[in-house]
Amino acid sequence: MSVKMQINGQEVQVQAPPASRLLDVLRGELGLKGAKEGCGEGECGACAVLVNGQVVNSCLIPLGQMDGAKIVTIEGVPGDSPLLQSFHDCAAAQCGICTPGMILAATALLAEHPQPTMDEIRWGLSGNLCRCTGYGRIYEAVTQASTGDAHG
Amino acid sequence: MAKLLEVASEMEKKNSPKRVDGLSKIYGKALYVDDIPLNGVLHASTIRSSCAGGVVEELTFDPTFDWTPFVVVTAQDIPGLNAIKMLENDQPVLVDRVFRHAGEPLALLAHSDRGMLETALCHVHVRETPLAHPVFEIDEALHAEGTIIPDNVYTDYLLNKGDVEQAQKNAECFIEERLMTSSQEQLYIEPQGMIAVFQEDGVLRIEGSMQCPYYVLDALEQCTGLDKDKLRVVQSTTGGAFGGKEDYPSMIACHAALLALKAGGLPVKLIYERGEDLRVTPKRHPSRSLVRLGANREGELQFIDMDFAIDGGAYRTLSPVVLSRGVIHAPGPYRCANIRVRGRAVATNHPPFGAFRGFGAPQSIFALEVAMDRLAAKLNMDPAELRRKNLLHRGDVSPTGDLVGEDCFAQEILEAALIASHYEERRDAFRHWNAAQHNTLRGIGLATFAHGAGFTGNGELYLASRVFLQAHADGQVEILCSNTEMGQGAATTLVQIAADALQLPMEQVHLAQTDTARVPNSGPTVASRTCMVVGDLIEKAAQCLLQKLRAEGGLSQTFTSAEFSAVCFRMQESGKDLLVTASYQPPVDMLWDEKSFTGRAYSSYAWAAYIAEVEVDKLTLETRVLNFTAAQEIGHAVHPQIVQGQIEGGVVQGIGYALYENVLWNQFGVMANDRLTNYIIPTTADIGPLQVVLMEKGLGAGPKGAKGVGELPMDGPAPAIVNAIQQALKIDVAQIPAMPELLLDLSRAQRGSQCQ
Repeated sequence: MSVKMQINGQEVQVQAPPASRLLDVLRGELGLKGAKEGCGEGECGACAVLVNGQVVNSCLIPLGQMDGAKIVTIEGVPGDSPLLQSFHDCAAAQCGICTPGMILAATALLAEHPQPTMDEIRWGLSGNLCRCTGYGRIYEAVTQASTGDAHG
Repeated sequence: MAKLLEVASEMEKKNSPKRVDGLSKIYGKALYVDDIPLNGVLHASTIRSSCAGGVVEELTFDPTFDWTPFVVVTAQDIPGLNAIKMLENDQPVLVDRVFRHAGEPLALLAHSDRGMLETALCHVHVRETPLAHPVFEIDEALHAEGTIIPDNVYTDYLLNKGDVEQAQKNAECFIEERLMTSSQEQLYIEPQGMIAVFQEDGVLRIEGSMQCPYYVLDALEQCTGLDKDKLRVVQSTTGGAFGGKEDYPSMIACHAALLALKAGGLPVKLIYERGEDLRVTPKRHPSRSLVRLGANREGELQFIDMDFAIDGGAYRTLSPVVLSRGVIHAPGPYRCANIRVRGRAVATNHPPFGAFRGFGAPQSIFALEVAMDRLAAKLNMDPAELRRKNLLHRGDVSPTGDLVGEDCFAQEILEAALIASHYEERRDAFRHWNAAQHNTLRGIGLATFAHGAGFTGNGELYLASRVFLQAHADGQVEILCSNTEMGQGAATTLVQIAADALQLPMEQVHLAQTDTARVPNSGPTVASRTCMVVGDLIEKAAQCLLQKLRAEGGLSQTFTSAEFSAVCFRMQESGKDLLVTASYQPPVDMLWDEKSFTGRAYSSYAWAAYIAEVEVDKLTLETRVLNFTAAQEIGHAVHPQIVQGQIEGGVVQGIGYALYENVLWNQFGVMANDRLTNYIIPTTADIGPLQVVLMEKGLGAGPKGAKGVGELPMDGPAPAIVNAIQQALKIDVAQIPAMPELLLDLSRAQRGSQCQ
C-alpha cells in the first residue's frame, strides 16, 4: 500500500505492505538509522519515535496505521533542543544504543511536564531500558534540560 | 537525589571533559553493526541443535526445495580447525556429529531476502539422538555417572592458608551455610552481530560488535586457515557488552566468515535477534557455595572455609579464569589466619557460561558476605562491628599470603560508608518502623569487599600488551591500541590520559578505530585493565613521544600546541618517524604462584563498602531499595563523571541481580524466559536514590594511581540487599534473586505465614 506521512517535517510517501513495521520502514526505505532494534517486542524502547507527539515503540507499529501521521525521529530533534546538550554535558550516553529513544521519551516528557519532578522523570522514562548508566546521568540530563541547571 | 547531584557538582569542577563519543551517539549518527550500509548483502541464519546434548544422526536439506540461491555451510566446509580458539579447543565452530547442549550451531544459511531465509529454515530437518541423562545442576553433575568430561570438573583450585581443621576445633562460634546465585544475562541493549566481506585486495574483513578484536582474529585464523595478513577485524560502535561480547563474538565471526568464503564475494550479515541472543550466548555462571565461618567470642575470625562451585556449562570457554577470580575474592578483605577455598568449575549440559562484570567475584563475595551477617547474628553483634573487627589493616597478610602494604583502605571506606548512609540512625529508625503497624518492613544491610583489577597473577605478563602513539605532520596524535569503547568511556579516558601526559588539548588527540590492520595487540578489553594497564602504557608512550620530539626535533621543555605541531611537521618533512611504542613491563614485586594460589594476585585492589536500605511489602513481599550508598577507594578517578556513571550503572545491574533477574531454564537447559517481557531488568521506575562516595587515597597501578572501577559495583549490591532483607523479615535468605515467591516460601517455612 501507499502511505503518506510527515517525517521530521518532510512529506514522505512510502510503498510497502501495510503490516511492515514502522521501524523497518524508517531504517530501511528512509535510511533513518537512529531508531534501533533492541528487542523487537516493544519492551526496551530503543526504537522509540514520536508519532503525533506521543512516544511509541516503532517496532510495534504497522505502517498501515501511519497514514497522515507526524513522526519525529532522533534525526528530526531540533539542534537547539536542550536535551541534546544536556545529554552531552552529563555523559548520559554511554554505549549510546538506548540514547535516541531515551531522548525522544524525554522530549515527550518535557512537552507534558516542562518542570518534571523526579517521580515524573522516573515514570516518564520507565519504558526505555538502559543497561549502562543506571539512569543517574540520564536523570541529571533531563533535570538540566528542564531547568537549564544540572544542579537545580 | 540531592546528594547525588552534590557529588556530581563537585565532580564537574574536577577533570571531566566531554565524552569523545558523546555527540555521534546523541544525534543517532554512530554506526552500530546493524546500521552499516552494505550493497548486495546476504542475511544469515543459524540452524541449531534442540536436545541437551546427543548425536546428530541426520541433517537433511529438503531435496524438493530449490537451494540454488542459498549459501549453505556445514562442518564439512570448514577449511581450518573446527574449534573456537579459546583456552582449549573443545568447542566446535559447527557441530559435526556429537554435541553437548541445546542451541549448538549445526549449519548456516544465507540469502539476500530475510523472508526466503525463514522459509528455507522450515526445509531443513535435523534428526538427533538425545543424550540419555543430561545434567543441569552443579551437585548433580559432580555426582553423575555418565560425564561430559572426566569427573565433570573443568578446573579444581585450592587456596589453602594456615590450618582450618585445627582452627575449627578451637572456634567458639561457628556457622555453616549453603548459598546459591542464579545466572544473569548481560543484556547489552544491542544484540550481537557481525558482517563478513571480502575486500578488493582479497582480505577478509570482519566487522561487528565486540570487546576483543584480537581474540576474534585468532579464532578466524584457526577456523578459516587463512593467514593473519589475509584477515582484518574491525570493531563497530558497540552497544554495551559487560563481558557478554568477550568470547562469543569469535563464534559469530567464524560463522559469518565461513558463509562469506562460500558467498562468491557478497557481504554476509549475521545479526542475532534478541531471543536467539538470550538463548545461546554466555551469561553469568550460576554458583553454589558451602561456607563455614568460625570466630572467637570477641568476633575475630578464626577460619574461613568455602567449597565454591560454578556451573561452567557444556564447554570450558573462560570458566577456569572466572573460577580463579572467584576463588581469590572468596575470603574477602578480612584478616584471618586459616583459610581454605576449594573452587570447581563444573561441566553441565547448559550452553557455556562466560564473562560478566565481576567475573566470578560477585558469586563468592555474595556467599561470604551473607555468611558474615549470619555469623554476626550468632555472635549477637552488629554486622558493621563484626567487619570492623576483621577488615584488613596495613601490614596484615592477605588471604593469598601476600603482605598488605600501604595501599589498604578497608577500614576507612567502611567508616566513610557508615557515615554517608547514616547507618546507625537508619538502623534504629527501622527498628521503630518495624515495631509499629506499617504495611512494610524495613532493613539496612551492608557488604565490605575489595576487587583486584587487571588479569590475575601473571596474566598481564603473558599478554605482553603493546600500544602505539602516532604523531602526524599536522600535530594530531593518534592512539593505536586494541582496546574497545563499548560504553564504559574508554575512548574518552584514554584520550584524556594521553592528552594530559602530552600536555596537549584533548582535541589534538584521537583514538584510532579498533582495526587489527592498524592497531597492535594491547590485550582484551576486560577486568578494568583498559584504564589501569593500557592507560598506564599510553602514559608511558606519551612520555616517549615527548622525549623523541625533544631529542630529535628540538621541542622545548614547555610548549604550546602550535609549537608541538611545528616540530611534528619539521620532523615529518625531514623523513623522521613519529611513531612510538610502549610495552608492558611487570612490576618487580609481582610474584604469583598459580599452583598454590599464593602471592600477589593483583597489582592493586580497590576497597569498597556498600549499604542498602530496603522496604519489603508485608502483603506482596515485593522488595524496594529505598536508598543505596556505594563507597569505594579507587586511588584516582581519571574522569570522575565517567567513574560515577560506571558505579551507578554497575550498582543498578547489581540490584537487578539481587532482586529481579531470574534466568529460568526449559527442559533442554536453555533459557526459557528468552524475551524482555519476562526477563526483567531494572527500569527508572524501580531504582531509588543512589549515593556514590569516592575516596582517592591509595596508589593503584594505573595513571596517577588509578585502580580498576568497573567490577566493584557488581560485587556489593546483592549481599548488601539480601542482608537488609534478612534484617527486615527476620528470615534467612540463601539465594538470589530474592523474588517475592522465594521470600514467601522462606517466610512460611521459617516462621509461619506471619507476613499475611
